[in-house]
Amino acid sequence: MSEIPAGTGWPKNKLRLQNVTRTFATPHGPLTALEDFSLEIQGGEFLCVVGPSGCGKSTLLNLIGGLDRPTSGEIWKDSQRVDGPGTDRIIIFQELGLFPWLTVLENVEFGLRMQRVNKTERRERSRHYLRMVHLTGFESSYVHQLSGGMKQRVALARSLVTEPDVLLMDEPFAALDAQTRDLLHEEMARLWSATGKTIVFVTHNVREAVRLGGRVIVMSFRPGRIKSTFTITLPRPRNLEDPQLTLMAREVLAQLKEEINKAVEEEFRHEENP
Amino acid sequence: MKRILRQLAFYLCLLAIWQVIAELRIWPPYLFPSPGSVLEALQAGFADRSFLIGIGISMKRIALGYGLSVLLGIALGFLIAASEFLEATLGGLVLSLQSLPSLCWLPLAVLWFGLSEKAIIFVVVMGSLLSVTINTRAGVRHVPKIYLMAGRNLGARGWLLFLYVLLPASLPHLLTGLKQGWAFAWRSLISGEMIFVSLGLGHLLMMGRDLNDMSQVVAVMAIIMAIGHVVDRLLFEKLENRVRHKWGLVGAA
Repeated sequence: MSEIPAGTGWPKNKLRLQNVTRTFATPHGPLTALEDFSLEIQGGEFLCVVGPSGCGKSTLLNLIGGLDRPTSGEIWKDSQRVDGPGTDRIIIFQELGLFPWLTVLENVEFGLRMQRVNKTERRERSRHYLRMVHLTGFESSYVHQLSGGMKQRVALARSLVTEPDVLLMDEPFAALDAQTRDLLHEEMARLWSATGKTIVFVTHNVREAVRLGGRVIVMSFRPGRIKSTFTITLPRPRNLEDPQLTLMAREVLAQLKEEINKAVEEEFRHEENP
Repeated sequence: MKRILRQLAFYLCLLAIWQVIAELRIWPPYLFPSPGSVLEALQAGFADRSFLIGIGISMKRIALGYGLSVLLGIALGFLIAASEFLEATLGGLVLSLQSLPSLCWLPLAVLWFGLSEKAIIFVVVMGSLLSVTINTRAGVRHVPKIYLMAGRNLGARGWLLFLYVLLPASLPHLLTGLKQGWAFAWRSLISGEMIFVSLGLGHLLMMGRDLNDMSQVVAVMAIIMAIGHVVDRLLFEKLENRVRHKWGLVGAA
């Protein structure tokens, strides 16, 4: 288990998905987002999931997060079956879902407020995490006053404040410019090794996946299944310019491309006879 | 500053034209009062406190009627938005009732409540309740799903989710409803008072008519306009601007 940060031998926070299927009813008939999906994620693992759009990546996170339920199959965290949302498993959505009616500090405090943590402690813990993501000084700003990267950091702090065991991230950096993304990659790697959280990171950016993950899984297009798994043993801290990383990314991309082509074909078919 | 000057000039011109028409004596003064006589009527009305009493009574009624509408309307709006069944049944009814001028309720109100305060409050409530309901419902429906997901994800459930996510997230629409509701309430009240004659500003207006005192009629009209305008501008516009600003809906960089 070389991928687990030194000193944190996390035996806990292990996720187990057993034969999970999720089918949605659509006007064009049932759509199977995930089919017979089984996966074990070790405690403290940084798992990256790549796949074409519509392969059920977001569904996977929503299921683990408990915002959605599998049609069949089971999801376990350690010895507990997941059957609803819980602050031990926090999702960071692609659209973030920061609340525009609250200040940065109030956004970060939100989870603690729901747990009825008293104000002094709430403030203190929120400030701590705002410091961690380098947002000290922006406590009383509103969300619309922040840049894309800063919003990401607020979302990160908001998710960390309830001290979840598992972070579920849904293409969190997709909308950012390259420099900001690079910076946030560094911070993610740092946060992960500092906190030892289990992270499931969904992305369609292969280099991002290879840079961050200890393991990268490629998902197949509809219905979503695991197509292939890569264990990334490159030493950390990793650098995007590292030729070895590029080689690895190329391998992953080859697998992903097949699925993307399937997705594109499927779309064409839909356009011809919808 | 330039805007204020322009507005001032506009109103002065309007007054001047009014004065000139009055001077021309096309109609006798008791049919077409001059600005001066309206001003006198205003002064007289405030001097003998009849206008103050009228304003006081109308304000009390609007506070009660509008307050009730807001409470009931918001509750009803959330209920309709929350339930497919209510949406399909009550939702349609609310829309058709909204097309009914509130004054249509007056005969029933008088039958049910007699010639009492309750009857006029009822008319006010029927006038404004529905627009508050409709806008609340629209507000809830327009809340992006992501806020609810984020809220649930962070541990908000049931009542907490409602209070801390759904309610603030629907605030922009809700304010539109409150503003519209106020306008409807104010109109309903005045027209109700004009027919239902029991003190209040509407009654003062009708008194002017009965005494053939058009100066008083116009004076009361001016007061009604002023109050409606002040509440709309000073209260609702300020509130709306604050919310829009906070949310970054205007002037967002």
